[in-house]
Amino acid sequence: MTVKFTINGVPVEAEQGESVIEVARRYGFEIPSLCHHHAVTPYGACRVCLVEITKGGRKKMTTCCNYEVQEGIEVITDNEDIHRNRATVLELLLAEAPKADAIVKLAAEYGVTHSRYALPEGSEPTEERDGCILCGLCVRVCEEVVEVSALSFNARGDKRNVGGPYMDTPQNCIACGACAWACPTNCIGFEEKDGMRILKKWNRELPLEYTEAGQPLAPRFQLRHFIEKANLPKDFYKKGGPR
Amino acid sequence: MDLTFVDAILTKHNRDTRSLLAIMQDIQEEVRYLPKEAVQHLSKELSIPLSRIYAMATFYNSFHLEPRGKYTCTVCMGTACHVAGAPRLVEQLERDLKIDSGKTTPDLMFSIEEVNCVGACALAPLLIVNGEYNSNMTSDAVSRKIKKLKKEEGGA
Amino acid sequence: MTKFTSVEALHSHREALLATKKDENKKTVSVCAGTGCKAVGADLVVEAFKAEFAKNGLENAVHLKATGCLGLCEKGTLVMMPADQTVYHSITPKKVPTIVEQALVQDGRADDFLFTDPETGAKQPTMNDIPFYASQKRLLLDKNTLIDPICLDDYISVGGYKGLAKAIEIGPDKVIDEMKKATLRGRGGGGFPAGRKWETCRNAPSDKRYVICNADEGDPGAFMDASLLEGQPHSVIEGMIIGAYTIGSDEGYVYVRHEYPLAVERLTKALEQVRASGLLGENILGTGFNFDIKINKGGGAFVCGESTALMASIEGRVGEPRAKHIHTVVAGLNDKPTNLNNVETWATVPLIVERGADWFTQMGTKGSPGTKIFSLVGKVNNTGLVEAEMGATLRQIIFDMGGGIRGGRPFKAVQTGGPSGGCLPADKLDVPVDFDTLWNEGSMMGSGGMVAMDDQTCMVDVARYFLDFLKFESCGKCTTCREGIRRLHQLVSDVAEGRATEETLDLIETLAETVEKGSLCALGTSAVNPVLSTLKYFREEYLAHVRDKKCPAGVCKELITYHINENCTGCLICKRRCPEQCIAGENKKIHVIDTSKCTKCGICKDVCKFDAVEIY
Repeated sequence: MTVKFTINGVPVEAEQGESVIEVARRYGFEIPSLCHHHAVTPYGACRVCLVEITKGGRKKMTTCCNYEVQEGIEVITDNEDIHRNRATVLELLLAEAPKADAIVKLAAEYGVTHSRYALPEGSEPTEERDGCILCGLCVRVCEEVVEVSALSFNARGDKRNVGGPYMDTPQNCIACGACAWACPTNCIGFEEKDGMRILKKWNRELPLEYTEAGQPLAPRFQLRHFIEKANLPKDFYKKGGPR
Repeated sequence: MDLTFVDAILTKHNRDTRSLLAIMQDIQEEVRYLPKEAVQHLSKELSIPLSRIYAMATFYNSFHLEPRGKYTCTVCMGTACHVAGAPRLVEQLERDLKIDSGKTTPDLMFSIEEVNCVGACALAPLLIVNGEYNSNMTSDAVSRKIKKLKKEEGGA
Repeated sequence: MTKFTSVEALHSHREALLATKKDENKKTVSVCAGTGCKAVGADLVVEAFKAEFAKNGLENAVHLKATGCLGLCEKGTLVMMPADQTVYHSITPKKVPTIVEQALVQDGRADDFLFTDPETGAKQPTMNDIPFYASQKRLLLDKNTLIDPICLDDYISVGGYKGLAKAIEIGPDKVIDEMKKATLRGRGGGGFPAGRKWETCRNAPSDKRYVICNADEGDPGAFMDASLLEGQPHSVIEGMIIGAYTIGSDEGYVYVRHEYPLAVERLTKALEQVRASGLLGENILGTGFNFDIKINKGGGAFVCGESTALMASIEGRVGEPRAKHIHTVVAGLNDKPTNLNNVETWATVPLIVERGADWFTQMGTKGSPGTKIFSLVGKVNNTGLVEAEMGATLRQIIFDMGGGIRGGRPFKAVQTGGPSGGCLPADKLDVPVDFDTLWNEGSMMGSGGMVAMDDQTCMVDVARYFLDFLKFESCGKCTTCREGIRRLHQLVSDVAEGRATEETLDLIETLAETVEKGSLCALGTSAVNPVLSTLKYFREEYLAHVRDKKCPAGVCKELITYHINENCTGCLICKRRCPEQCIAGENKKIHVIDTSKCTKCGICKDVCKFDAVEIY
């Protein structure tokens, strides 16, 4: 079913079930976001994609990644209010991930070059977070795309963190690296060294398998998982993998 | 650890994954904390990823992942108790028991816990020791209470 | 237990009960067995009465009832004689023989244990004489004094399940009409009209609908819902059955805090009774209508009071709220239409259905009809539960019902609405209490928590307390809520600990805007109320912390020092008890605190009998 509404006054059309951010981007409207990826369920954690939506005469600021399109709504993707609030969100995030390129760059676009919320270095235990902004892409990718569910959000409130059960190496992690690939702040640390695949944040190290031709492939758990999920021949990767 | 009690609890809840919270509560009711073995067993029996159960166990504040002391000293941190000086009671417990709030003494005798509000605001500030309400507490009264309990346990 | 197979059977059972119970109240003793009184020994008082009855051969002549909360927790254990509403306070087992002798054997009153006017010393024997009770409008709470919470016959004899009978008689359409006309607004704090909610839920297309009772009363300093569940679980159950019948639901849940064991226990018993008597389960009252209720215990997460988080929790997941662009009345629990109301709302429903919307709207204000229960705590004389007509002023509640501020100290502020609400100063005391007015003043009614504060309460500390509470209770999903509240807490701590500048106050306001506008659920969007309202009404106090590095209320540790004044008699007690051993002094000479070592633990002040330890 087609849904009609407007973005910044421009009439647009979308399929029912689509999110506002996807439609806006399709029509060329730029909306920043850090926790959204079309491959996984929208979550609405980072709050950077704030927009204004008027529905039934009522205007409200809301994130648009988890806002399903509705007939007749009016979306505004940028104005002074939106800009100011996005800037504050980015200033909060910059305090968490001052070294992450994506955050630094986006914050700068909103005129934020340093965070007034950051405490002097060493005065708060930032190590646990280590540049993580708790966007949850790793958790969702691991659960929904890889279908392993090695990771979860643990605890709550300001103690919230992401990782394996018991703050330990998740034993079912196949070290596929999808989490590291999805991470907007590059805080997971993906490395292949001395025949090992290493995911630093999860403290996971698995030996790499090689093709018959001696090319490094991937950890055995990952290959086995992919073979099972995609119903591939057992020696699919040994023979050199997809061609 | 003998996990047959976990199986009994699972049966009681028809192994319904929607009852996960209640199942975990029942386990804790039995042994006063959530042993890792029990959590792993749950994960296997219900085919729920361990990560999800661990997330539940750390999200909901009533779960304890470590064994708790014989005496659980809970300070109510409701608004009425706060304005009546509850934080000082916690500090006093920390001083007397030499552990941080939320922790258990190495001899597994005492735990310090904080609870949001138990709805007994007229008795503020309130210290609850294993379910027994001690009303209108002061730092000094806390110390006396702990001394008394230690004495009952023979020395220390 | 009798099983009622029709509405008529229920009515005739009630009439039979009334005939036999007619004289019962003449010789009934009600002992408050709410959480507050139990904590000070109500159970022992009950035992003492039993023993004393036996001694005087009164076992069969006098009826003993352990009831729900009688309200004035401060003066527990409370004992009431329903015949003439005589109330005795601060009753201990030792006092019981006197009461039995004077009030029951001699048929008079035990004068020594009556309330007295603090000024004139005149006795205030009955509820009508005691200002705490006399100034209330006890629509719901009155039942607490009359019934044994887990006695279905008690509830039926005071008119219980008449509302359900009426609902069945008039049918769902008319119930919705009455509910809409009554504009019963959600007592959990949202204030959304229940009738409209019911209607939307009923009309949402689905083969399955749920009703939920939100008993996850998380606001610290609030225990209204606990008291209702403990004192009259049947009111809540009846409300839910009426709701389910009207909406077309066959499955209900009560989500109750695990910190309320007594409420869970009584609710469980009450449910067993109604199931056995044909008021719950299959073919209710022979109408063919099926409905059952399950209890879910919360896991200690404040955020689960938010409806979508609560539903996630019932589904066996972490209590994270989700966006409500599609309302839960259309897609809630298990994605099915779900009608959620809180305990007090459900408990009010039977009265409205039975007596009609016109009766209900006579009480309260136009926008907020009816009554509201408040838990009045903090620095008031009469800590406890009060029920006031909507539109009563803060002054009436705090001074008439609450008996004013303890120790005659000046009133400074009242905090309403818990962590989502705000603090109002003395010049707002004449504001009428209803949903809209409090909101416009920068606070909110919330679920009914009311904390009175005196001049020894620091408003910066209060703001910090709520932020501290919320930073841990946030589910942690939204950046604005998780990081925003954490940073607000950090900034307010800077104020409290003397590190802040005036720019800090501006930054607090900037950040608060984004926490409010950018967060997903009400926990985040209203989290800023405590800090913004104190900043608005008590800016001078913030400035004293910022500019003068002083805490005028003497609370913020970093900005105060302990001193011993000339009241000191040199008794050595504080010196002996000081854990830091930083008090010097000899027998009969004024002691001195070494402020460089003092950790401000307050023990010296606690143990001093001569009011010689000062803070400034």
